[in-house]
Amino acid sequence: MINLIGYYSLIIGLVISLSIVFLSIKNLRNSEKFDQRITVSIVTQFFLVVVSFFSLILSFINSDFSNETVFNNSHTTEPLFYKITGTWGNHEGSLLLWLLVLTLYLLIFLFRSKSQPKDYKIFTTLFQQIIVIGFFIFLIKTSNPFNYIYPTPNEGLGLNPILQDPALAIHPPILYLGYVGTSIIFSSVLGAICADQVSREWASHIKKWAVTSWIFLTFGILLGSIWAYYELGWGGFWFWDPVENISLMPWLALVTLIHCITVFEKRLILSSWVIVLSISTFTLSMCGTFLVRSGILNSIHTFANDPERGLYILIFLFTLIFLSILIFIFFFKNEKKELGSIYWMSKETSILVNNWFMMYFLSVVLLGTTYPIFLEVITSDKISVGPPFYHKLILPFLIPFLIAMAIGPKLKWIKSNLKNKINLILFFIISFLISFLIMSTIKVKFLFNTILLSSAFYLFFVSLKDFFKNKINNFSQNIAHFGFSLLILSILFNNFLSKEVITNLKIGESFQSKDLKISFESLNQNTISNYESLVGKFNIENSKGDTEILYPELRIYNQPNIVTSEADIKISLWSDKFMTMNYVNNQEYFNIRYQTKPFMIWIWISTLIITIGGFTSLLKKRHEN
Amino acid sequence: MYGHKVKLRFLFIFVALTILALTTFLILKSLEENVIYFQSPSDIKTLNNVKKEKIRIGGMVKESSIEIRNNEVNFIITDLNNELNVSYSGVIPNLFSEGKGVVAEGYLKDKNFFVATKILAKHDENYMPPEVKEALQEK
Repeated sequence: MINLIGYYSLIIGLVISLSIVFLSIKNLRNSEKFDQRITVSIVTQFFLVVVSFFSLILSFINSDFSNETVFNNSHTTEPLFYKITGTWGNHEGSLLLWLLVLTLYLLIFLFRSKSQPKDYKIFTTLFQQIIVIGFFIFLIKTSNPFNYIYPTPNEGLGLNPILQDPALAIHPPILYLGYVGTSIIFSSVLGAICADQVSREWASHIKKWAVTSWIFLTFGILLGSIWAYYELGWGGFWFWDPVENISLMPWLALVTLIHCITVFEKRLILSSWVIVLSISTFTLSMCGTFLVRSGILNSIHTFANDPERGLYILIFLFTLIFLSILIFIFFFKNEKKELGSIYWMSKETSILVNNWFMMYFLSVVLLGTTYPIFLEVITSDKISVGPPFYHKLILPFLIPFLIAMAIGPKLKWIKSNLKNKINLILFFIISFLISFLIMSTIKVKFLFNTILLSSAFYLFFVSLKDFFKNKINNFSQNIAHFGFSLLILSILFNNFLSKEVITNLKIGESFQSKDLKISFESLNQNTISNYESLVGKFNIENSKGDTEILYPELRIYNQPNIVTSEADIKISLWSDKFMTMNYVNNQEYFNIRYQTKPFMIWIWISTLIITIGGFTSLLKKRHEN
Repeated sequence: MYGHKVKLRFLFIFVALTILALTTFLILKSLEENVIYFQSPSDIKTLNNVKKEKIRIGGMVKESSIEIRNNEVNFIITDLNNELNVSYSGVIPNLFSEGKGVVAEGYLKDKNFFVATKILAKHDENYMPPEVKEALQEK
């Protein structure tokens, strides 16, 4: 019954989509006023998708195994929380969530843009509906979440235990709020072109959307990263895994867009660039969905390998790209005189230069992620691209990038001279000296790292000092740049100072090196609702005689039968102590990994500071209006 | 003949294109250097000479081949045609076990011996890397 309600809500939702398209086109031709029937239809459509989504959640809560999705991804012994989050822990459910966010955003867009011109609103609605229709059909045709199984099984197959974790339970919704937010930017820019509204007002209106999706995307990536650190036991924050890269690409494009749109807002230049970026952010989000969902990339996110789904998304994606390029070429009238020319010593030039750097980083990530796919298609060689590739190509360019980030905000619009040159040079000398002193105690690739560290310190000091100025020009920019410098500093120190011991131990044995001694004291076994828990007790003694006791855990889940490791982490401001214990089948030995990770928590904190920068920019805008 | 502005624009386009060409070259060059090839034990047997590159080996962990000590694990990767001895010290993923698929990353010592620096974690007991599946199917 519930399944039927869910399924038919989707069908009716699709029909309403078609009627919205019809109404919009009619409204475009005929009247001066925005047709309120469109708003009503959009509200109804959103309501139907909500009904469909909740009926799926309800099926999960009730463990209704006559539903194929529930059968594949749920189990009666799971805690209620993970039954609910299991709704989007699978292909079908997560696509339904994607559709839900898509319609939610359109609704918010309509209510937040009452004062916008009628044609612009209709065109935006129209383009957003094209995306919505695409996803409706995709969902109904290739990934219906409401398929029946007969006879009804007694027990489900269970949610992958690795997904049974609080951080990962909210990671998909937050990430989707970011990804799908770019769809509004996409529709809106096409709408603005068609209605000839690419103007200052449009820019400040759409900038809020860009900032909002960027905040969610950042936060979503952060959650995923923290999860990989403690749950997957990867013991780090970023691995250049294809799936991570895919979320990084729209992020980079969004950052570039936010900067570029600010220039457009102030000076009405770079309009084509703004349009291209708006289109590419959404395209990159869609590419991400395509690569992850088609099963081309091997990862935890690949729920099911189904060529039909991949093909559908690919065709849909190319249609959208083709459509947007056509609209850009044939309808975009760049008649408005671009104001004046660009001087090299100005804020807009420095933003443009930073944009180029961002584009460079983006293309490195894009090529590194997609090259193996193309190579396999062409030569059938199977390859992978590792972190050294990214490090080699990105790190050297980070140096001028960081310095430009420090100096750029000091410049004025149109034409400016750098004031306080002496101050800026002084800061650089100080940063260099500090880095020199620090690096001479560490001794790894001395010259390069000293310069890299100085440029990070430089941005840190310059943006820190700006907080204490009487009149802060741009508070949110300052916070975000400060957060970024802190992020780079924590990453660098984390890299320089991390230590790791990996060994295999039996119960009662201990590992001895000149710095520390790890003793495997005991192992406790407990039974918890849907898994067996093995908790090891480890005593760690360093050369100074300080001891620490860590309790890493192994969970043996009943359904599906999977072993997961839960890291035990002692967090402190300066350094994390991290331990995982792995299980080797049919052996008495346990594989132990012990790490000290300095400044780990600052990586998460600084990322939060960066998002706070985004938040304050949203607040400020509202205040000014 | 041409105005100042036109000359500037040409200069700009020229510089932009040069930078673009340079970066593309740089990226592709370092891609070539940093690529890790995936091979099966049978591929290794047909090699003419053993290179010092980092590679990935995929296959199945042979039954009762795991030997574990404090500082290392030894096991045999098989694609049911050929076998390769592997020595490894590092993090062992939970799903690493005899009779299951495995992907090891590291360096070849000779045609029979591989020193692994990483064993790739998989997240699902039914999951078999497509590379391994293919290697197993080919036989």
